Amino acid sequence: MIGIEHYVFVSAILFVLGVLGIFLNRKNIIVILMAIELILLAVNLNLVAFSAFLVDLTGQIFAMFVLTVAAGEAAVGLAILVIYFRGRGTIAVDSVDRLKG
Amino acid sequence: MIQTIAFYLFAFLLVLSAVCVITARNPVHSVLWLILAFFNGAGLMVLVGAEFIAMLLVIVYVGAVAVLFLFVVMMLDIDFAELRAGFVRNFPLGLLIALVLLAELVLGIGAYQVGGLDLGTATGLATAIPGRSNIESLGAVLYRDYLFLFEAAGVILLVAMVGAIVLTHRDRRAPRGQQNISRQNARHPDEATVMRQPTIGEGIEL
Repeated sequence: MIGIEHYVFVSAILFVLGVLGIFLNRKNIIVILMAIELILLAVNLNLVAFSAFLVDLTGQIFAMFVLTVAAGEAAVGLAILVIYFRGRGTIAVDSVDRLKG
Repeated sequence: MIQTIAFYLFAFLLVLSAVCVITARNPVHSVLWLILAFFNGAGLMVLVGAEFIAMLLVIVYVGAVAVLFLFVVMMLDIDFAELRAGFVRNFPLGLLIALVLLAELVLGIGAYQVGGLDLGTATGLATAIPGRSNIESLGAVLYRDYLFLFEAAGVILLVAMVGAIVLTHRDRRAPRGQQNISRQNARHPDEATVMRQPTIGEGIEL
């Protein structure tokens, strides 16, 4: 069986790719949301891997909760994106300055 | 042997599709690569015996979240070329930060491999039930120890659903006439009603 270090390494790479995605696509909020989903996938992979290697199901339970929060976050985030686009006609993150004093 | 091959296949495809998610020119392609990433993540989870979470990942992410992303990307008419303007400019700094973060994480894994760190051991309270499937053991633990958290998760989903509907709901009816409250209050019965005594069979002129 593959050791846990391999799983941790893969999820570390995935996490870093998610962070890099936020930096690279700083203007496109849709890709930023997708990068956040990648980060959450990395976290879930870590939780499940540790759960399996420690023979304890708690990690899988918490992966489920992370999944729940990720689904809610995607729904609300995309709803905010849609109403923002209706008002502005663009989704560029730079132009989100309406609340600036 | 087959497990090792499957692990490296899934891991390679996962990293490859994650790279494509963040570098694809078209966000529709990004969503499709994201779906591939989720499938490979689910494959990695199946390899360690967490079938239920893997299936949940496929159902929830591929079936719901990715389709939601696809809907939004296709519904909004966005000039994506303009949004990619800072890509090349941000690349060096982003890469630097990503490399630093990766170095730190790899350092942590290396420290664990050397053996200086103790990860602790499981309490044994949430082990799988022998002879039962993954989903049965998971359900037993979930409904025994995490019942209230489970219900709280349901409330979170409800709030997210209501929030998304409230945010995007648009009232399409025409706005009603403006109500002039002072005029309404100043209205007197004498100017609004008249008493007539029409003769029978003649009708009334208004």
